[in-house]
Amino acid sequence: MNSASRRLWRTSPLTYVALVLATLFSIYPFYYMVVIATRSLDSINDVPPPVTPAGSFGDNFGRVLDNDAANFLTGLLNSVIVSGIVTVSVVITGSLAGFAFAKLRFRGRNALLLTIIVTMMIPTQLGLIPLWGMIQDLNWFDTLYAVTVPFLVSAFGVFMMRQYATQAISDELIEAGRVDGASTFRIYWNIVLPALRPAAAVLGLLTFMETWNSFLWPYAVLTSENPTLQVSLAFLSYAYYTDYSQVFAATAVGTLPLVIVFIVFGRQIVGGIMEGAVKS
Amino acid sequence: MSLSATTAPPSPAAPPPRPPARRRSRSHSLTRLDLKYSPYLYIAPFFVIFGIFGLYPMLRTAWMSLHDWNLIGDHSFIGFDNYVALVKDEYFWNATLNTFGIFLLSTIPQLLLALFLANLLNRTFLRARTLFRMAIFMPNVVSVAAVAIVFGMLFQRDFGVINWLLSFVGIDAVDWDAERWSSWTAIASMVNWRWTGYNTLILLAGMQAIPRDLYEAAALDGASQWKQFWRITLPMLTPTFVFVVILSTIGGLQLFTEPLVFANGNIIGGDQREFQTLAMYMYELGIENLNTAGYGAAVAWAMFLMIALVSGINFLLVRRTVK
Repeated sequence: MNSASRRLWRTSPLTYVALVLATLFSIYPFYYMVVIATRSLDSINDVPPPVTPAGSFGDNFGRVLDNDAANFLTGLLNSVIVSGIVTVSVVITGSLAGFAFAKLRFRGRNALLLTIIVTMMIPTQLGLIPLWGMIQDLNWFDTLYAVTVPFLVSAFGVFMMRQYATQAISDELIEAGRVDGASTFRIYWNIVLPALRPAAAVLGLLTFMETWNSFLWPYAVLTSENPTLQVSLAFLSYAYYTDYSQVFAATAVGTLPLVIVFIVFGRQIVGGIMEGAVKS
Repeated sequence: MSLSATTAPPSPAAPPPRPPARRRSRSHSLTRLDLKYSPYLYIAPFFVIFGIFGLYPMLRTAWMSLHDWNLIGDHSFIGFDNYVALVKDEYFWNATLNTFGIFLLSTIPQLLLALFLANLLNRTFLRARTLFRMAIFMPNVVSVAAVAIVFGMLFQRDFGVINWLLSFVGIDAVDWDAERWSSWTAIASMVNWRWTGYNTLILLAGMQAIPRDLYEAAALDGASQWKQFWRITLPMLTPTFVFVVILSTIGGLQLFTEPLVFANGNIIGGDQREFQTLAMYMYELGIENLNTAGYGAAVAWAMFLMIALVSGINFLLVRRTVK
C-alpha cells in the first residue's frame, strides 16, 4: 500500500472520539437501568440523578416476586418455553424448506419461493384483528398456544436458509449421497443439516431474541394472569410506575439474559446481520 | 445417464439390462416417489402454518373491512362505508399525523447518524472494530417494552435525567407526555436509540462491498474524503440505502409499543390523543372495542396502503436524489 492510500484510510483521533461517544450513548440506558434497579426507592428522586449502583437490588427484586399483579416468574418461565419452542421449530422448518428450495427440483418451485419473499414484505399487523378473533374461536385466549403456534414458521427463516444452502452445499455432495442410495431425508439429516449449522445458529439466535422481545401480539392475547415476560413488565410498569426501583429490577432481570447471549454470541449476530444485508 | 438417453436414439436391439429382483424395482419406485414428492413435504410446514395464521387473517381483514363487524359474531355487508367514514374521522387523521410526525422525527436523524457512523466504522485501520460494532448494535437487543420503560423514566418530568440536563442550558422542566411536540420527541428518541446501530451495520455491510480501488483512484486524482463520500460511497450505496429506508418505513408506520408503554397502557395515547399512532387506533377499534372490528380492519388496510405508498415514494426519491 503506497503512502497516498495509507493517508486515505487513516483513522483520525476524532473518529475514535465519535465512536466512543456513540458507544456511551448506546450503553448508558443499560447502565441507568442497573443503577435504578439497585437503588432504594427514596434515593430516586435525588437531584442530581444517581449515577452509581447501590445495594438494594435484593429488596427491589423481592418486591417484584411478592407482587402478584404481574406474575413475573410465570412470565419468565413462559418466555423461556415459548422462545425455546419457536426457535427450534423455526430452525427445523426453515432448514427443511430452505434445503428443498435450494437443492431439490420440483414443479412450482420458483413461484412458491417468490410467494415466500412477497410475504416477508407484508406487515403482520394487517392480519391482527381477524387473528385475534381466531384465537378466541379456538379457545386459545390467555394460553401459550396463542403466542407459539402462529410463529412456528418464518418466511425470513426459509429465505435465509435457502440463501445459505445454495452457496454452502455443493450439488456433487448431494449427488454422492444419492448414488450411495440415501433417501432425501437422510441426505437432509446427514449432509445438509450439519453443513447449515452456522446459518442455523444465527437464525436461532435472531429468532430467540425476537420471540423473547415480542410485545404487541402477546399483549393482545395474554393477560397478567399468564403473561410472557414483556407483558408482565408492561403491566408492572403501568401499575407501579411510582415504584421505579421495583419496575427497573424486573426490567433488568428480563433484559439480562439477552445481554449475556449478546456478549457471548455478539460477533456471530453482528456478522449474521451484515451478511444477510449483502445477500438479500 | 440422462445425457446419453437424449443423444443416442433408442435402440430396440439392446434393451437396458433390467434387474431381475422385484425388491430392487420396488425400492426404485420408492426412490422416484421420494424424488418427486418429498420436496413438498419439506416446504409443507411453512405453507400450512403460514396459510392458516398469516395469509388467511390478512385476506380476512379485507373482507371484514367491508362489513359492520362485531368480533362476537354479528356482521352485515356495508360495502365501502367503513372507508368513507374513515375519510371523515378526525381521530384517524390525528393518528395519521402523529404517526408521520414521529416517523419523520425518528427516521431522518437515525439514518443520517447511521450513515455517519457506518462511514467511521468503514475505516481500514480502525482498532477495536468488532467491539464498536457490537456496542453500537447492543440497543437493538433489548425489548421495546424495556426500552419504553427506561426512557419513560429518563423523560420523567420531576426527576428525569433529560430535564435535569436541560436545566443546565436554562430550559424549564418539560412535561414530556403532555404535548404533541414533546411526546413525539420522547418517543422518536426511543426509536432512534434502538435502531441507529442496526441501520449502521446494514449500511456498513453495503459500504464494504464497494471496491477499494475506486477510492484509491479518486485519491490519486486528488479527491477529498468528503468528495469521495458524495461521489463514490453514496451512489454505490443506493441499493442498500433504499433497503434501509423501506425497512424503516415499514417499522416506523407500525409504531405501537413505545407510545403505548410511554402512555402507561392508555390506548388513546395521552389525554388528548396527542401521540396515538395508527397502530394504536387500529388496536383500539379492533381489539379493545369489540363492536368496531370491521372499522378497525379498514384502518389496518389504510395503514397497509400508506406503508406501500410511502415505501414506493421513498424508493423513487432515494434513487433519484442519490444518482
